Amino acid sequence: MTEVLFFIEVVVAGLLAGTMYSLVALGFVLIYKASSTFNFAQGAMVFFAVLAFVGFMELGLSFPVAFVVTVLLMVLVGLCTERLVLNPLMNQSEDTLLMATIGLGFVLEGLAQAAWGVEVRRLDLGIGDFPIEWIIDVFGLFVSALDLTAGIVAAVLIIGLALLFKYTRMGLGLRAVADDPGAASSIGIPLKNIMLLVWSAAGVVALVAGMMWGARAGVQFALVDLALKALPVLIIGGFSSIPGAIVGGLIIGATEKVLEVYLGPFFGGAIEGWAPYVLAIFFLLYRPEGLFGEKIIRRV
Amino acid sequence: MEQKVSNNNIIMGYTRSDLTNFLIAMILSFVAIPLVVQTDYWYSSILIPWLCLALAAIGQQIVMGYAGQLALGAAGFMAAGAFACFNLILRVPDIPFFVALGLSGLVAAAFGILFGLPSLRVRGIYLMVATLASQFFIVWMIDKFGWFKNYDTSGIITAQDIVILGKPFTSPLEMYLVILVVVTVLTVLAVNMARGSTGRNWMAVRDMDIAAESMGISLLKTKLQAFAISAFYCGVAGALFAFTYLKSLEPVAFDIKLSFKILFMVILGGLGTISGAFIGAAFILLFPVLLNSVGNNVFHGAIDATIISSIEQVVFGALIIIFMIYEPLGMAKLWGNIKQRFSKNK
Repeated sequence: MTEVLFFIEVVVAGLLAGTMYSLVALGFVLIYKASSTFNFAQGAMVFFAVLAFVGFMELGLSFPVAFVVTVLLMVLVGLCTERLVLNPLMNQSEDTLLMATIGLGFVLEGLAQAAWGVEVRRLDLGIGDFPIEWIIDVFGLFVSALDLTAGIVAAVLIIGLALLFKYTRMGLGLRAVADDPGAASSIGIPLKNIMLLVWSAAGVVALVAGMMWGARAGVQFALVDLALKALPVLIIGGFSSIPGAIVGGLIIGATEKVLEVYLGPFFGGAIEGWAPYVLAIFFLLYRPEGLFGEKIIRRV
Repeated sequence: MEQKVSNNNIIMGYTRSDLTNFLIAMILSFVAIPLVVQTDYWYSSILIPWLCLALAAIGQQIVMGYAGQLALGAAGFMAAGAFACFNLILRVPDIPFFVALGLSGLVAAAFGILFGLPSLRVRGIYLMVATLASQFFIVWMIDKFGWFKNYDTSGIITAQDIVILGKPFTSPLEMYLVILVVVTVLTVLAVNMARGSTGRNWMAVRDMDIAAESMGISLLKTKLQAFAISAFYCGVAGALFAFTYLKSLEPVAFDIKLSFKILFMVILGGLGTISGAFIGAAFILLFPVLLNSVGNNVFHGAIDATIISSIEQVVFGALIIIFMIYEPLGMAKLWGNIKQRFSKNK
C-alpha cells in the first residue's frame, strides 16, 4: 500500500511540476498560433521577466507594483520585438524566423544579465516548497504547496486566456489572423496590434512561469535550460494547441519523475536531463503533429 | 562572382583563381604563419581553437547549410569524438594518432545516423528538439558511465600527448601543424562533396525535399548521409579540440552553449558556404577577445567581466537578427559583395 501511495506521490509531484513546463509552453503556443513563429526566445523571456521582477523588488517596489512594472516592461519587449524583428521578417520562411528568435533569446539573456547581474537570487512568494499538512492528514500524500499553487495559477491563466480569445473582439481578430493573416488584414484587422497583444500575453505568461520556477530553483541562468524542456512538451502536445501545451507538460512532468525515481538509480541518476527529449522523439516518430496539433500537410 | 572562364582555365572543375587562392592559403598557413608568428599565445588561444571550431562549423554547415536540416547538437557529437579518441588511444596499444582520429570520427558518425533518424519524419524546430536529445544524451552518457572516463573520479582527465610516428607533437606550433593537415584534408573533401553530386542532392533536399524526392533523390540516403558526415566532422573536431586546445577531457566542455556557438558561426558566417564556416568561427572566437581587450585597455577594467560577456551575448543575438533581415547569407556573402564591388573584371 505504501508503495502505491509513493507511486501516486511521485506522479502527483510530476504532474504539478509539469504544469510549470506547461506555463512556459503556453507562451510558445500563443505566439505560434497567431503568427506561425516558433518563438525560441520564450525561455529567455521567462528569465528576463523574472529577473526584472526581482530587480524591481530589490529597488524597493512592493510586490504588486513590481508586478505591474514588469508586465509593462514585457509589453515594451513585445512591442520592440514586433517592430524590430518580426515586421522586417514578415513572409520569411519558418526556419528564418526561428533563427531570428534564437538571436532574440540571446539578446534578452544578455540584456537581463547586464542589467541585473548573474548571481542567483532568491524569490520569496510567501508560498513554501513544503508539503501541505491537511493533504497529508486526509489523503496521506505529500504534495508541495508551491506545486499546487503553480497548478492553480496555470489553470486560472489558461481559463482566462481561453475566455479572452473566445469572447473579446481582440480574441476574434486573433483567431482570424491565426487562420489566414492575409485575409484578416485585408478586412481591416490590425495585424500589428494583434501581434503586440500576443507578444504581451506571452510576456505575462513568461513572467508567471518565471516566478514559479524562480521560487523553486532560484532566479538564475539555469532557468533558460529548464525552459528548453518546454520544447518536448510542445512536440507531445502540438505547437498550435493550448490544451496540448497543458497535457504535454503533464505527460513530460509525470514521465520524467517516474523514470527518474524508478529507472534513474540503475543509470546513476540525472536522466531527467534527456528523458523528455527521447520521449519527444518517440512521439515524433509516431505522431509528428502532436496529440492535439493540426495535421501537417505540405505540398510541392 | 560570375567570371568568364574559358576551358583552358579550368583544371579539374576549378577555375584558376580558385586554385591560386588555395595555393596562397596553403603557403600562408603552412609556411608564413609558422615563420612569422612566434608567440605561443597566438597558436594556443587563437589559431588552434579557430581551426578546431571551424572544422566543427563545417560539420554543422553540411547538415544545416547544405542539407537544410536544422540540427542543434554539434557539441554532443564533438564530445562523442573526443572521448572515442581518448579511449582508443588508451585501450588500443600503438594505435597511430590519425587512425584513432578517423575512428573517433566514425563513432561520432554512428551517433549522427542514430540521431539523424528523426529527420526522415520531421523538420524545422521539431528536428531541432530531436537533435537536442543527442546533445543531452551523449554528454549524460559519458558523464554517468565511468568506463568512458576510465573510472576517473576527479572529473578532469588529462588528454594524452599526440604521438605521430614516434615523435611527440606537444608544442603549440607542432599541434597547430597537425590540426592544419587534418583541417586542410577535410576542407578539400568538404568542398568537393559540396560541389559534386552529393552536395547537389543535399541542396535539392534543402530547397524542397518533396520535389527532390520526386526527382529520384532518396531522402533516406541523402539526409542520413548528411547527418553522418556532419557528425564525422564534428567528432574529429571534438577530438582535436580536446587534445590540443582543452588538453583535458570533461563532458561539461561540450555543453549546449558550445552547440549554440557553432550554430551561430554557421548562421553569421553564411549558410551553405564552406568559407562561411571559417569566417563565422573566426568572428565568434575573436569578437570576445576584442571586447575583452577593449574592456581592459580602453576602460581599464572599469567594466565588470560579467557585463562584457553579457554585451557579447547581446551583440551575437542582435547580429543574428540583423543578418536574418538584411543578409541571410551571412558574412561570406557580404565579403563576396565587397569583392565584387572592387573587382574590375565584372
